[in-house]
Amino acid sequence: MDRPILRTFIAYVEDRPGVLNRVASLFRRRAYNIESLSVGRTHIAGISRLTLVLEADEDGARRLEANLYKLVNTLWVRDVTHTASVARDLALIKVKANATTRAQVLQLCEVFRARTVDVAPEALTIEITGTGDKIEGLLDVLRPFGIIEMVRTGMIVMTRGAEEAEARFDSIPARSADSGAA
Amino acid sequence: MKRTGAQIIWEVLVREGVDVVFGYPGGAIMPAYDTILGYPIRHVLVRHEQGAAHMADGYARASGKVGVAIATSGPGATNLVTGIATAMLDSSPIVCITGQVPSKLLGTDAFQETDITGVTLPITKHNYLVTEVQDIAPAIREAFYIARSGRPGPVLVDITKDAQQASMDFEPPKGEVRLPGYRPSQQAIQTEIEKAIELIDEAERPLILAGQGIVRAEATRELLSFVEKAGIPVACTLLGLGGFPATHPLSLGMMGMHGEAWVNNAIQEADLLIALGMRFDDRVTGNLKTYAVKAKKIHVEIDRSEINKNVKVDVGLVGDVRDTLLSLIPGCKQRNRSEWIERISLLKGDSAVRDIQQLPYHDKLYAAHVLHDLWRLTDGKALVVTDVGQHQMWEAQYYKHDYPRKLITSGGLGTMGFALPAAIGARFAKADDEIWVVVGDGGFQMTACELSTCAQEGIKVHVAIINNGYLGMVRQWQEFFYNRRYSATPMRSPDFVKLAEAHGLTGIRVTKREEIAGAVERARATPGTVVVDFRVEQEDSVYPMVPAGADLNDMIRRPSPIVETGEDP
Repeated sequence: MDRPILRTFIAYVEDRPGVLNRVASLFRRRAYNIESLSVGRTHIAGISRLTLVLEADEDGARRLEANLYKLVNTLWVRDVTHTASVARDLALIKVKANATTRAQVLQLCEVFRARTVDVAPEALTIEITGTGDKIEGLLDVLRPFGIIEMVRTGMIVMTRGAEEAEARFDSIPARSADSGAA
Repeated sequence: MKRTGAQIIWEVLVREGVDVVFGYPGGAIMPAYDTILGYPIRHVLVRHEQGAAHMADGYARASGKVGVAIATSGPGATNLVTGIATAMLDSSPIVCITGQVPSKLLGTDAFQETDITGVTLPITKHNYLVTEVQDIAPAIREAFYIARSGRPGPVLVDITKDAQQASMDFEPPKGEVRLPGYRPSQQAIQTEIEKAIELIDEAERPLILAGQGIVRAEATRELLSFVEKAGIPVACTLLGLGGFPATHPLSLGMMGMHGEAWVNNAIQEADLLIALGMRFDDRVTGNLKTYAVKAKKIHVEIDRSEINKNVKVDVGLVGDVRDTLLSLIPGCKQRNRSEWIERISLLKGDSAVRDIQQLPYHDKLYAAHVLHDLWRLTDGKALVVTDVGQHQMWEAQYYKHDYPRKLITSGGLGTMGFALPAAIGARFAKADDEIWVVVGDGGFQMTACELSTCAQEGIKVHVAIINNGYLGMVRQWQEFFYNRRYSATPMRSPDFVKLAEAHGLTGIRVTKREEIAGAVERARATPGTVVVDFRVEQEDSVYPMVPAGADLNDMIRRPSPIVETGEDP
């Protein structure tokens, strides 16, 4: 049997109250361990896009897809683990930096192409965008200075090339006019 | 036409073909209760909302239509929860409509406020919170559509009191419900069908595992043609019983924890399992590591997420089991697998002498004899509704079901107290069937209050209490696995005959096998619901038994010292 690996899924769901709760409840109930989950609107009104990263083997991945489709509000799910794609995570990191250490920290940021977004007498706030690995790398070198706080958006992913997943929703009829309950 | 939200509820229900609902009024659902009087819908007043959900469930399972339960907010809604979970695990199409506090009070912990859509999220197929009058009709229509399509299940619609009170210009919605992301009907892929046919044709020792999907998809006739063409024996899950005629020569009966030993042994010897509308529950498979290791597996299932969930299969066919059978039948070869069928008969021979039917009973009343005699006396044609526990397994073993939708039981959730209310619901679906509730003394007391509903509604069901003075299945596990420490299982019960009489109903007591026929006769002749209190052997156990998690062929058999020979009962 194949080993569990980190897998990435893209899912489109109807943008309605409680939908995120349904998705989260599904993972909790079926005992999937979420590594990262991010949700946001798409350019199409009424449709949200989820990016999910979690550990699963091949069968687990197929069942996860099937379980997501069982949610009435799920429109489309795709496992992009093995598809060429761009993956980005954004982190804001507040790190201790005084007059003596500031230059060192800024230098490290430059190596990682991180941006400084706020400077205070005793701290720097840094913004970094990239894959999870890159962010972890920066965190490792900043840790000795003292990290005050950190926040991450979670992974967002888009497949490479001209294909645009959302395009297929142009053909999906909106709920019939008489149909609009949340 | 101007309609209030409360009227719209019934307008939509009538158009969905609903003529009976089961419910209990309360503050937040009062507008709906006020307007029901103007519509051709019968309301059955339950004694506890759990009963309403089970009644809707029993109605749905007996009729194949959607059952409806109504409750108020807060405790009314939470009382439905056990019934909703029961319907969820057994894929039963019910719609629950609950009143909710006015929308302005939502989230304030108002009197009788419960976040019931939150509570029922994991135990419904889908649910709705409706706060605007214009959303009521679409939500209820979608609820019916979702409940009955694909793999059926419960849907809850929670409607705030102000939405019920508000008015709007109401035009009855027309046309199909369309939900953009919901695709309930799927067709198995042709190349997979061909792979399955190849496996079927090659197999020397194939077995069909028939589940509730056969009953739900109304696929009994197609299953018969498939079986008779391909010459493959059929074992049923508990909920599949009746989906294939029990008296058919290729019927093996029930598989699993309390299936006959030869059935489980046949599964372990098979070289191909064809699972039809079943989900390899742990009560069916025992230890998954040793389950049918010699067999290739084909899984026909409407719910894609069930494929490869418990048992890895070689071919998964996602789709309606009836449609899938229709695609399999023309392709597979005509065969009679006589060697394999003889082999199974050989396995069977060994079990026959251990069967309790061979057991002399002297002055004792065995539950197995009660069920066997009930089967004989009703010609196997009664609609039997069972509860959960020993009596449920004895019924499954000794009442041979030849017709679908004639056994209604709580399988997946194993809900004690299910039987009586479910039978009341079934009565409204099947006005002419002889209905027998088979229930233990424990389970009966969980929902015995619904006897009052039987009396008020003037409906007739027969209630056979298999009364052994214990919570029998737990007692049996204590005997086998906990050194006979009968912790909290001995149970004192009221006089059930008097209890029936207190409700204005008839009660009969049976203590000897010779009295069974007379009691059944009298119960049938008496108008109204009749309670028959069968005082059976107290420490009898259900055999054979696969201990939870053990290998399927590692069964506890009926101890041989009990087996005396000769005397035919």
